[in-house]
Amino acid sequence: MKVRLKVWRQPGPNAAGGFETYDTPELNPNMSFLEMLDVVNDELTRRGNAPIAFAHDCREGICGTCGLTVNGRPHGPGQGTATCQLYMRNFEDGATITIEPFRARPFPVLQDLIVDRAAFDRIMQKGGFVSVRTGAPQDANALPVAKPAAELAMDAAQCIGCGACVAACKNASAMLFVSAKVSHLGLLPQGQPERYRRVAAMVRAMDGEGFGNCTVTGSCEAVCPKNINLAFIARLNRDYAVALLKGE
Amino acid sequence: MNVLVRLFGSSVGKKLVMAATGLVLVLFVLGHMIGNLQVFLGPEALNRYAAFLQSNREVLWAVRLVLLTCVGLHVWSALKLSSENRAARPLDYDGRPAPAAATYASRTMLMSGLIVAAFILYHLLHYTVRVEAINFTGKSFLDLKEAAPGGGERHDVFKMVILGFRQPLVSLFYLVGVGLLCLHLSHGLRAMFQSLGLLTHKCGPLIARAAPVVAWILFLGYVSIPLAVLLGFGKEVLH
Repeated sequence: MKVRLKVWRQPGPNAAGGFETYDTPELNPNMSFLEMLDVVNDELTRRGNAPIAFAHDCREGICGTCGLTVNGRPHGPGQGTATCQLYMRNFEDGATITIEPFRARPFPVLQDLIVDRAAFDRIMQKGGFVSVRTGAPQDANALPVAKPAAELAMDAAQCIGCGACVAACKNASAMLFVSAKVSHLGLLPQGQPERYRRVAAMVRAMDGEGFGNCTVTGSCEAVCPKNINLAFIARLNRDYAVALLKGE
Repeated sequence: MNVLVRLFGSSVGKKLVMAATGLVLVLFVLGHMIGNLQVFLGPEALNRYAAFLQSNREVLWAVRLVLLTCVGLHVWSALKLSSENRAARPLDYDGRPAPAAATYASRTMLMSGLIVAAFILYHLLHYTVRVEAINFTGKSFLDLKEAAPGGGERHDVFKMVILGFRQPLVSLFYLVGVGLLCLHLSHGLRAMFQSLGLLTHKCGPLIARAAPVVAWILFLGYVSIPLAVLLGFGKEVLH
């Protein structure tokens, strides 16, 4: 199969960007989307052109590094999959595929399809941790965790911080990401001492980065490669309201 | 003080303001519909109810001021939040694709809300302030009086409603206004539970499904009145 790519090219953070069109060589339909870009880049390099810059790492959907907006949808048409888990068989032979970087003011484009997601790291530095005395490993099961809380915490902990929620949201809101991080720690006993300080600090950091606000459209949940549930945002709101009353 | 700064200054805080004022307003919308539906019980029931609402001016104005404050805060937070939202995505995707999974109602909250606000203004001038120029009947609603059972006279609200809604243009605007209000609520009700943090993993799907149902009930309850009047309900009081 062959496809035509309409790709956002931008040489640097402050350079003007625009779309370029490329026709791919013959592709195996079972190639992943990123392998297809590798093949296109080989061809570009052979002809002496700059390859398309895109971020990728594990290529098995667990690292959160890859992230392309494919035909206007972050991570493409799949459900619960990252861009690296998208295969060319999901597209028609001869289709035109538009590839853009994640779009949000707090995610500036570094080059072509690579965006700087350090805003997420700065939010994490404000509360995405538990403060514990280090020492010898604790005995297993020394801290009892109820099964429902453990399940819910694990659901939230699946977030890989890829930023697709921000990219999909019409408001470029990071609330699904922040709610997952806040809930993951806030549901476990280790996270309790800093629970309300954490939510207040992380929301303040999120606002400071210039993300938009949640309008409960559900776009984030729909594109999330880890299927993080929208109800975590309600949990974030609830914890934030309690934090307000506690004066955190 | 710190609480207020955080409430009105943070993203989640403004969403809380939006949802809390929305809750007050939606309770009013529900109560107002139930009150209005007494029109089907006849002139005596509706006029007695209207006189009762007007009987204690202190309570009446306290309620009015609370509602006005809620409308003000609701609109303020909406404008502030949406301007922040627009700033967060300076460059949209190619061809402005519809956001994944987002319903029409959820994408048009600001537009539906502002049109509803304009409708409410007209509605207040029409039936509360009773400005003659905008009722298109050529009669002043202020002059519609009837003898109260306990002596004296009271406002004939029943006759006003029949007269008012017999104007097709007025009824059409009412239909559009209430329709947009219910579109707004079909998303707003769910978003309200979400922003207030009342939604959980368990009840989330139920609330998502129930919100449009409640919105439809409100819509049908409200539009039943102008439709019944246009079909001839209550025309005998005009003679």
